[in-house]
Amino acid sequence: MSQEGLLRPGIIQLRVLDMDEAITHYRDRIGLDLVSTEADGRVYLKAFDEFHRHSVVLREADSAGIDFFAFKADGQDAVDGFRKRVEDYGVAVDDVDAGEMPGTGKRIGFNIPSGHRIELYADMDLSDTAPETHNPYIYKEEPRGMRAQRLDHCLLYGPNLPEVEKFFTEVLDFHIPERVDLPDGTLAIWLTVSNKAHDIAFVNHPEPGKLHHVAFYLEDWNDIGHAADVMTRYDISRDIGPTRHGITRGQTIYFFDPSGNRNEVFCGGYTAYKDHPTRIWDGNHVGRGIFYYERQMNDAFLSVVT
Amino acid sequence: MPDGSPFSVMHSIRIKGCETEIQCAEDQKVLFAMEQQIHIPNPRPVRVGCRKGGCGACRVKVTKGTFSTAKSSRTHVTEEEAAEGYALACRITPLSDLEIEPAFLGPRRPAAKSD
Repeated sequence: MSQEGLLRPGIIQLRVLDMDEAITHYRDRIGLDLVSTEADGRVYLKAFDEFHRHSVVLREADSAGIDFFAFKADGQDAVDGFRKRVEDYGVAVDDVDAGEMPGTGKRIGFNIPSGHRIELYADMDLSDTAPETHNPYIYKEEPRGMRAQRLDHCLLYGPNLPEVEKFFTEVLDFHIPERVDLPDGTLAIWLTVSNKAHDIAFVNHPEPGKLHHVAFYLEDWNDIGHAADVMTRYDISRDIGPTRHGITRGQTIYFFDPSGNRNEVFCGGYTAYKDHPTRIWDGNHVGRGIFYYERQMNDAFLSVVT
Repeated sequence: MPDGSPFSVMHSIRIKGCETEIQCAEDQKVLFAMEQQIHIPNPRPVRVGCRKGGCGACRVKVTKGTFSTAKSSRTHVTEEEAAEGYALACRITPLSDLEIEPAFLGPRRPAAKSD
C-alpha cells in the first residue's frame, strides 16, 4: 500500500433542526442506511457501498451546520504520529474516548484556523451490511433514493485560508490539486489526502466554522439525473444543477437538507496524484471553474452557508 | 406544500421597497410566493438562500399582521428577535395580510452557543 497515514474522509457530524425530517431526507431521499439511534439522540447512517459502521452522524440542535469532519488513518500509530505533529505545530489536541460513538475507537480532535473542528481516528467496526467481499454482487439490496455510494467530501467556509493551507499540507500531508487565486489573496483551495480530486475544500469567508456543503458520491451522470428527478418529486430545495464543476470536473447538483445544510450529489472528477501540478484559476475565469455550463457563480455560492 | 392549495385563503404581502404586492396562501411560505411571483431578472426584495431556515438569507421583520412560523436556526433569529417580529421568510405562513421589511444580517453572526 503506497498511501500511508490518513486515508479518506470518514465521519461528518451535522446539526439538524428536526430529526424526523432529517432522517427522511438522508435515508429515504439520499438513500443512506439508518444504522442506529443512540440514547443521546444522535442518529448514525452509512451509504450502501461503505464498509464501515457509519459515516454520517446527525445531532438535533437549534442551529444548523457542522460539528466536525473526521479523517480515518491507516492505524493508531499514524494517529499518534499526527498528534505529535499537530501539537509540535502549536495546535492543542483533545481526546475523544473509544465508544463515544458506537463501534468507533478513540479519536483526537483539534480546531483549525478557519474555526472548524477536525478529528482523526484509526478504528471503526465493519458494518453488518458492508458490501460483500467474496464473489461480490454490486449491492446486497437495490440502493434507495438518490443511490448515494459514499460520503465523498465537504466544502467549509471560514477565515485564515493561508494558515489552513499551511496546516493541511505541512502537518496533515494533504496536497492541492486545484485553487482560486484572486489579486488580493486566495479565494479557495481544494485539498486531497488520497487521489480523489478533493477530500475537503475551503473558501475564504469572514465568519468562522461554516458549512458550505457535504457531498455524496453517485455512480455517474445518469444517476445525477435520477437524483434531480427525486428532488422534484419530493420538493427538495435545489440550489443549482445538474451541471458540472470546471474545478475537479465533477458533475453535480447542489441542494439543501430540511435544516438548510447544503448537500451535493457528485460524480466523476479527475484522479489527483501527488506529483501532478496544481491547476490555478483567476478571478476572470472562476465562474467557469465553479459552474462549467453556466460560466458564472450564482448569488448563493459565496454567501449561503450554515 | 410550497405551491399552496388553489382553495386556500389568500393574503396580501407588502414588502418594503417593492412595488409588487404578493399574494400568499395561508398554507404557503412567504418566500415561495415571492419566488413564484417575482421572477429573475426582476429584483427580488428578499434574498433566496436554502429555503429551509438554516442560512438566514431571507431574514425579514414583520411589521404588521399575524403569521405562524416553522422551526429555523437560532443563529439568525434569536428568541428575543422573534418576539420583535423577526423571522425567516422561508419559514413563515401568513394568517392575515402582512407588511414585512428585509432584515438580512451580513456578515452573519456566530451562534451564541455551540448548539
